[in-house]
Amino acid sequence: MTSVLFQRARVIDPRNGVDGIRDVLVTDGRVAQVSEAPLVAPKDARVVDATGKWVVPGFIDLHVHLREPGEEGKETVLTGCRAAVAGGFTGVVAMPNTKVVNDSALVTELVLSRARDADLCHVYPAGAITKGLKGEELSEAGELVGAGCVALTDDGRPVMNAALMRRVLQYATLFDVPVMVHEEDLTLSAGGAMHEGATSTRLGLRGIPASAEVAMVARDLVLLEETKGRLHVAHVSCEGSVRLIREAKKRGLRVTCEVAPHHFTLDDRAVGDYDTHAKMAPPLRGDADVKALREALVDGTVDAIATDHAPHGVSDKLVEFEKGINGIVGLETALGLTLALVHEGVLTPRRAVELLSEGPARVFGLPGGHLAPGSPADITVVSPGEEWTVDAHRFYSRSRNTPFHGRTMKGRVSQTWVGGRCVFEDGQLKESR
Amino acid sequence: MRHLLGIAGWRRDELEALLDRAQEHLPGGPEASHVLRGQVVANLFFEDSTRTRSSFEVAARRLGADVLNWSFAGSSVSKGETLLDTARNIEALGPAIIIIRHRSSGAPHLVARHVKCAVVNAGDGAHEHPSQALLDAFTLRQRWGSLDGRTVLIVGDVLHSRVARSNLVCLKALGARVVLCGPPTLLPPGLEEMGGEVTHRLDAVLPQADAVMCLRLQTERMAEAFLPSQREYSRLFGLTPARVERMKPDAPVLHPGPINRGVELSPAVADGPRSVILEQVANGVAVRRAILERCAS
Ligand SMILES: [Zn+2]
Repeated sequence: MTSVLFQRARVIDPRNGVDGIRDVLVTDGRVAQVSEAPLVAPKDARVVDATGKWVVPGFIDLHVHLREPGEEGKETVLTGCRAAVAGGFTGVVAMPNTKVVNDSALVTELVLSRARDADLCHVYPAGAITKGLKGEELSEAGELVGAGCVALTDDGRPVMNAALMRRVLQYATLFDVPVMVHEEDLTLSAGGAMHEGATSTRLGLRGIPASAEVAMVARDLVLLEETKGRLHVAHVSCEGSVRLIREAKKRGLRVTCEVAPHHFTLDDRAVGDYDTHAKMAPPLRGDADVKALREALVDGTVDAIATDHAPHGVSDKLVEFEKGINGIVGLETALGLTLALVHEGVLTPRRAVELLSEGPARVFGLPGGHLAPGSPADITVVSPGEEWTVDAHRFYSRSRNTPFHGRTMKGRVSQTWVGGRCVFEDGQLKESR
Repeated sequence: MRHLLGIAGWRRDELEALLDRAQEHLPGGPEASHVLRGQVVANLFFEDSTRTRSSFEVAARRLGADVLNWSFAGSSVSKGETLLDTARNIEALGPAIIIIRHRSSGAPHLVARHVKCAVVNAGDGAHEHPSQALLDAFTLRQRWGSLDGRTVLIVGDVLHSRVARSNLVCLKALGARVVLCGPPTLLPPGLEEMGGEVTHRLDAVLPQADAVMCLRLQTERMAEAFLPSQREYSRLFGLTPARVERMKPDAPVLHPGPINRGVELSPAVADGPRSVILEQVANGVAVRRAILERCAS
């Protein structure tokens, strides 16, 4: 019987309506007690003095690219899990666009077995909507869900075929898993390298209009209404999408969405003089979009903050901007960027925690996300005021592609606990092997 | 070592000083400078442009430099070799200046960040073509003395034009008013933020222009459906003798070349008395000498 007692923590547990100083007792991998009155540590319990710290449900990232199988030079399940726990995440959803696509139980099982070997955090695979992500034939969703997939997505690519999109929304209701979509009308984004606006004009880069995303969101909401399915819109980047999703939610459609920290932090001006570290899909948008995303984070339109952690090698970015590969790593900077909104007064601490833990758990129906007695002791301990400077060379991720290198952050992960075991503490991994 | 990556960021007095210096490089000017004697200037062209490449080559030789020419247009960058690999290989030959033309916007910026010699942008994607803008400004300044209060009308495919962007920034910095005219599909957003005024009505704006600069219409734009046809484009935006009649009596017509005769310019206009196209070419060498000198200093 192993126990941990967190003393004098500020416990923020949105689902259970807790925000105050509490002691938290963990026994056998589960939360045993959350108490306003000081608790007595059981014999042999580890006691963590959490004065000045937040004890919150472990963060869950709905959108992570682990690159295994196929591109292990960029990331593996193991290195991705290291980056995750270093960022305070106790669970990540692994996108299926690996270089053997996760469109079969075999690949799902491989990812899960690598995750067991890594033994750091929960890895929830997502299966492909279509075989080989080709957008032609439905993959065997029953087999994928049976093997452990928690969502279906062709992320990295949109489902351009509307009839096929309609069918997957219908078909997935069999298993009640969300269909997660990367919204991009390829005929509108074709050849574009960044957001279409004054900056793309100044730089002479072909722009991706906001309509490339918004038009697809509109299409899929129409299909959703007809099919009574479950739609999760990935990495929402612009004002028009937010407006449509807000309205659809009001009308009771089963739609959820996520926003990535880079989209609520940076606008298209971050491209500067062709900095490929500011190149992603969807692209960094205009300042009005950033403002709209922040409002949507506050008012509940957004369900989750998800990083779209997309590791790439140095040579993928050290090229002409138009040739640069899309994506940045995000696991190790997500908390700092989210807390920046708290320090700016945009988000309450409670809402920030909700967006990182309870929200994502609810959206995909994952365990965790709250700290009620009996729930898994997946816990993140945050030092909200600690200042630090992002050094990409010290990332646990195998890749360093971030536009935030050198940025000063306020708020840091102090400890990450998964199933009652400390896996990350004071900047160090605690691997079981 | 001073790069020339674009016009953006230049102060007016710096531009005027460079144009003043170019004046001295015109035939009949003071004794020629040989600041680049014994040095190597590398012409690195990933896109065909005999006109710009030759102009830089003549300018470099007049300054005493040896010129190395690489042309990668079409294919020949060896498989897998990146732009930076190529640039570093050429840097190893020890040039004082690398002149680069590339179809990707920002390519010279990437090279400039990773080599030790000066980099001159000879046209990058749809971004900038600073030496062209400087020679255009030079040509106009020669006629007018100053660009203050003058209206320059730029007509055509602004979306894909580096000449338009560099000229907009350059002419504005020198005190001119810049009006951009073309079909809505070829005028990108944000031109006003760069200081331009935007219109789609050529005939309405022609009488205001002190100079008209026509942009080359790239024929592949038809395939991408930016326009219904060349025929319709030339009807709506081509400079014909009838349209020249609507212009101010002495307003010159500029074109960066090569011309699609009968599309953006009628042959009668291209070869007519308003055309300063050949002056532009001649001035190009003097302006580029001033540019290379500045990079070497
Ligand atoms: Zn995506």
